[in-house]
Amino acid sequence: MAKPAVLTHPESLKRPAGPSEYAKDPVNASMSKAEKIALYTKMARIRHFEQRCIRIYQQGKIGGFLHLYVGQEAVAAGTISLLGKHDHIITGYRDHGHGLMVGMGMNECMAELTGRVTGCSQGKGGSMHYFAPDKNYWGGHGIVGGQAPLGTGLAYAVKYLGLKGSCLAYMGDGAVNQGAVHEAYNLASLWDLPVIFVVENNGYSMGTSQERSTAHPGCLAKRAEGYNMAWDVINGHDVYEVRAKTAIALKRAHEESKPTVLEIFTYRYFGHSMADPDKTYRDKEEIKEYREKKDPVLAFEQELLREKVLTPELSLQINEAAMAEADKAAVFADESPDPTVADITKHIYWEEDNRGPKTTSRGTIIFE
Amino acid sequence: MAVISYREALRAAMREELKRDDKVVIMGEEVAQFNGAYKVTEGLLKEFGPKRIVDTPISEAGFIGLGIGASMLGIRPVMELMFWSFSYVAFDQIVNNAGNIRYMSGGLINCPIVIRGPANGGTNVGATHSHTPEAILASHPGIKVVCPATPYDAKGLMKAAIRDNDPVYVMENTILYNDKGEVPDEDYIVPLGVADVKRVGTDLTIVAHGRAVITSLKAAEILEKEHGVSVEVVDLRSIRPLDEETILASVRKTHRALLVEENKPFCGVDAQVAYLIQSKAFDELDAPIHRVSSIDAPQIYCKRMEDLQMPNVERVVAEALKVLA
Ligand SMILES: Cc1ncc(C[n+]2csc(CCOP(=O)(O)OP(=O)(O)O)c2C)c(N)n1
Ligand SMILES: [Mg+2]
Repeated sequence: MAKPAVLTHPESLKRPAGPSEYAKDPVNASMSKAEKIALYTKMARIRHFEQRCIRIYQQGKIGGFLHLYVGQEAVAAGTISLLGKHDHIITGYRDHGHGLMVGMGMNECMAELTGRVTGCSQGKGGSMHYFAPDKNYWGGHGIVGGQAPLGTGLAYAVKYLGLKGSCLAYMGDGAVNQGAVHEAYNLASLWDLPVIFVVENNGYSMGTSQERSTAHPGCLAKRAEGYNMAWDVINGHDVYEVRAKTAIALKRAHEESKPTVLEIFTYRYFGHSMADPDKTYRDKEEIKEYREKKDPVLAFEQELLREKVLTPELSLQINEAAMAEADKAAVFADESPDPTVADITKHIYWEEDNRGPKTTSRGTIIFE
Repeated sequence: MAVISYREALRAAMREELKRDDKVVIMGEEVAQFNGAYKVTEGLLKEFGPKRIVDTPISEAGFIGLGIGASMLGIRPVMELMFWSFSYVAFDQIVNNAGNIRYMSGGLINCPIVIRGPANGGTNVGATHSHTPEAILASHPGIKVVCPATPYDAKGLMKAAIRDNDPVYVMENTILYNDKGEVPDEDYIVPLGVADVKRVGTDLTIVAHGRAVITSLKAAEILEKEHGVSVEVVDLRSIRPLDEETILASVRKTHRALLVEENKPFCGVDAQVAYLIQSKAFDELDAPIHRVSSIDAPQIYCKRMEDLQMPNVERVVAEALKVLA
């Protein structure tokens, strides 16, 4: 049988980063200088936060799994930079970038990694389980694809409440083969829900390349057609393109209450998690190629330098500030206290934490 | 007080809560147009319309996950599973997502969802459709499980479950759907975690839940009439939270305990109850604790054998006499 043509990362997307074709798109052209600088700053902050995490992990201070977002920054940055009051997001375990983008602080994010009570989830969630519902961020989910129905439900709630909003449900290229994702696709389309499924296609699910995991020969987003849903593919190395195309999907969600699948081609520079020695399934050359030619943070920096929005001095300042912020967060995460043994049994049940005459539960609910 | 069926009691609870709170939504396979596979939701579509009463495709993981996501934003979905046996294809959503979200978010997110439907054997439908997952699910901190045995409890527990701010899984019983009982006309709830002494006695405590309560009450009558024994029957009603005090108070009075459930014996609810009694009332016991549960095999199809596989009045009477010997 002939090998199907795999569109994992179309060659056209591998061209060296140059001026973005999407700079003139209205969502980008309408950005003020300050907004552009703020967006670049956020991308740089994600990069430096993640790189600081590596050092803390290597010092043995972060337990469990640590999945880095380095290389994928433009995906979270581009999509989330467009969101408004009634737009929500939910993602998998590669969730730090999304957290910083919605406005979580480096301190609470870093302290969650070291399992401190000052962490965003008070040391109960860890790297894979960041949450900031006050910022419309509903996690941080450790089970591949399990968040897709939840995101669809958030969109259902937005619609039920009569709000003009949406939910962006992110997942990886491996997650698209989970049944729950397909059930969510069908429900989203059947019920006209304002959900945008964002497939962050970084080419690999752990050590399995997309061509070894997916039978469908076309791009992953095309599966949307099977569910009568709109779809698009995006070069995720260009934050302007991410914004331009996501804006169309958002409009579809807001104006027509219709779902979209967006497949965003991106790349991760480090192993699947810090536990992955990254030696068996891809070439060092491939990583080098992406890093040198397609880096989304550098590409945006170059773009803004060309636009004379950034100067080399300002860029240096932004990067140094981000590094200093990450350093301070590392100290905060190191020096913060652990949760206590008594904390282990808090936050299991709302009714237990709030017992009173109005609660509907009695009896023993935490057992010896 | 009206005399209504267990099915009508459940429906009345949902109707009243749908009226009380416009965030309540009923969802599931065949709940709307078809009026419910077991007619529990009959008439609700007509009364409340398709925004509140929603038919889903056969996608348990998808629609239950959707309900969980919606509940995080303040919707209060009441999801029907045609059978709790089908929860297994949605296990990740039911356990990992609904059960863990509050904890993993350090208390930032709640999941006020109700999942309900029948969870029972005894209907001659074979192993795949006869699961009783109350013990499996109650073993997960973050989840609540109730098993009503009477119309009064079905209504009161369902209303409490809908008002509760945590995920509550209501396990009903198709064999009880037509059972009738008195239900007050005025608004009431049965709080979760409160057991009910369904029959007062002095010689033996039977602890049961779900339809095993009904079986145990029948056995208690025979034990009284034919053997002159006074049996107290404690209906747990709620598995988690568990009313430890009512169980212990009864055992302190009778000094003997028989535990009856329709689960299989291994890691059943009564394994936990037996541990509770021996750890907190060991000195009160005049005899070892005994259990009656379903014979430890996948549910058999043959109706005659299934009736023997499950706890029945004869088996409960025989085991009770052993505890009393
Ligand atoms: C249900 C389930 N199966 C397996 C895993 C283990 N696992 C975690 S991430 C992952 C790869 C997923 O890859 P992809 O969806 O492409 O996302 P990426 O890691 O590339 O962001 C696997 C197999 C899991 N967490 N959950
Ligand atoms: Mg991947």
